[in-house]
Amino acid sequence: MATIDLASAPTQGAAGGQLVASAAFLRRRAITGAVVRVFLFLAAALSVFITAAIVYILVYDSILFFQKVSIVDFLTDTEWTPVFEKPRFGIITLVSGTLMTTLIGLVVAMPAGTILSIYLSEFAGHRTREIIKPILELLAGVPTVAFGYFALFFLTPLFQIFIPNLSGFNLLVPGIVIGIMILPYIVSVAEDAMRAVPDPLREGAFALGFTRFQTAIRVVIPGAFSGVTAAYLLGMSRAVGETMVVAIAAGQQATLAYNPLEGAATITAYIVQISLGDLPHNSLAYLTIFAAGLTLFLMTLVFNLIAFWLRKKYREVY
Amino acid sequence: MDALTIEKAVAAPVDEPLRASVIDLSFHYGEKQALFDVNFPIHDRKVTALIGPSGCGKSTLLRAFNRMHDLYPGNRYQGEVILYPEQINIVSPAVDPMLVRLKIGMVFQKPNPFPKSIYENVAAGLWVRGIRKKSLVDDRVEFALTQAALWDEVKDRMRSSAYGLSGGQQQRLCIARALAPAPEMLLLDEPTSALDPIATARIEELIMELAPTVKIMIVTHNMQQAARISNYTAFMHLGRMVEFDVTTNIFTSPKERKTQDYITGRFG
Repeated sequence: MATIDLASAPTQGAAGGQLVASAAFLRRRAITGAVVRVFLFLAAALSVFITAAIVYILVYDSILFFQKVSIVDFLTDTEWTPVFEKPRFGIITLVSGTLMTTLIGLVVAMPAGTILSIYLSEFAGHRTREIIKPILELLAGVPTVAFGYFALFFLTPLFQIFIPNLSGFNLLVPGIVIGIMILPYIVSVAEDAMRAVPDPLREGAFALGFTRFQTAIRVVIPGAFSGVTAAYLLGMSRAVGETMVVAIAAGQQATLAYNPLEGAATITAYIVQISLGDLPHNSLAYLTIFAAGLTLFLMTLVFNLIAFWLRKKYREVY
Repeated sequence: MDALTIEKAVAAPVDEPLRASVIDLSFHYGEKQALFDVNFPIHDRKVTALIGPSGCGKSTLLRAFNRMHDLYPGNRYQGEVILYPEQINIVSPAVDPMLVRLKIGMVFQKPNPFPKSIYENVAAGLWVRGIRKKSLVDDRVEFALTQAALWDEVKDRMRSSAYGLSGGQQQRLCIARALAPAPEMLLLDEPTSALDPIATARIEELIMELAPTVKIMIVTHNMQQAARISNYTAFMHLGRMVEFDVTTNIFTSPKERKTQDYITGRFG
């Protein structure tokens, strides 16, 4: 940063020995400030621009799609057969697959993540936390394709021992694996939120005779409510967008998913599948990618809006 | 207890019943010793003030009374704090800190209401003691809030968040929260240091009102406050109890040179 240049910047004041900044020095500082501000603005603008560009492409190609397919059919049809001779476009099939795996993932990750966060934040000693946290973060670093094959070749056969009518491709196992995958995200955010609850609040609870567990449930979690909710919704957004695990282990069959023991395609799995084939550009099947992508985008957007609203409503100021 | 310890405990020239006595209490934060052989009595239904320069150990001593130090690893008590009439040593490792905290309430330096409604804050201490009967809880909550001189200000907004109250109101809410389960002793750790003068005056008034009728308190705070509201004063310096006496004696004719230097503002 700018240092005071003794030769040019400060001039000797009348009082003697006083340092007074020169006009040139102040001007240089103003220029540096302006350059920094422009640079920071560009960095911020770039992320907004990229988001806007993605939305533009999704919406543009989706409009082309909806010029050929009625939006009512898109939302109400129960079949998804875009490459058949008589194509049907019921997005509800893919959405049901996505919601099913997301739901199973959350059923695994929310309780486990909450318990783990409470343990790490309120019970674990310093050393235990220093061991467990990096291991959890390592879990977040495992490539998702590895999780996919873990689900397909290890967990599914294992589960089939106990659930004989479990299909080779199914929604249950990928859902559970997604739950394991989003666990580190949930724990990381939820534990931070719990640890941010100030100690005087805990001391107040202990002074009333609360046990550690009562303090965690009655004081820490309500205090960290907005952060814990944000953790769940972050996990949910990741579960909705998860691709590799479902593409590998949930199957490619676009059917209405109501039985988790059967396979079904999710929105992401469909996009992968259709993108890998050689579709003519601007064919109707090609345009489904964008309509499906837009649906996925809107789902995540809704979750994020709910998260935003909850955070605002329940934010605690200590 | 043998005759010697009793003699130490009642060293002050008074014939009032005792609520507790501190006998040869030492305390370590890990390796660092913070209290050295502290001895003094706590009289029933009187306000006892702990004064001294910051870092002298007065908060440490106060927090020993409800075993707050147990929350952090590596802390160690030696000596005794005998609670009457049960005559249990509340700093003994054999005594469950939960039991001590169920008997002794505490109010902290900064208001620390829970992120819940006003009602739930005051009812929290009752809930943890297994008191769930609605009519009883309602009565106790109203009684405690009245004692804490807050009832009139909050009775129409019991279900709204405690964080909507002003700092002074929050601190009175914390006092009500501590009073609701009717503790045997109330500890106040510089309860007005985060408050403005008007809120401070209200809390001081409250402490004086509560003392004769309700229970015993220890206040650690500035000298003027101790002089205004306490019956007994203990002066501490560098983790040692320098002098303990009736408050007027401490402020008018202290026996120790150090006490005199401190109260006349020569250090601290």
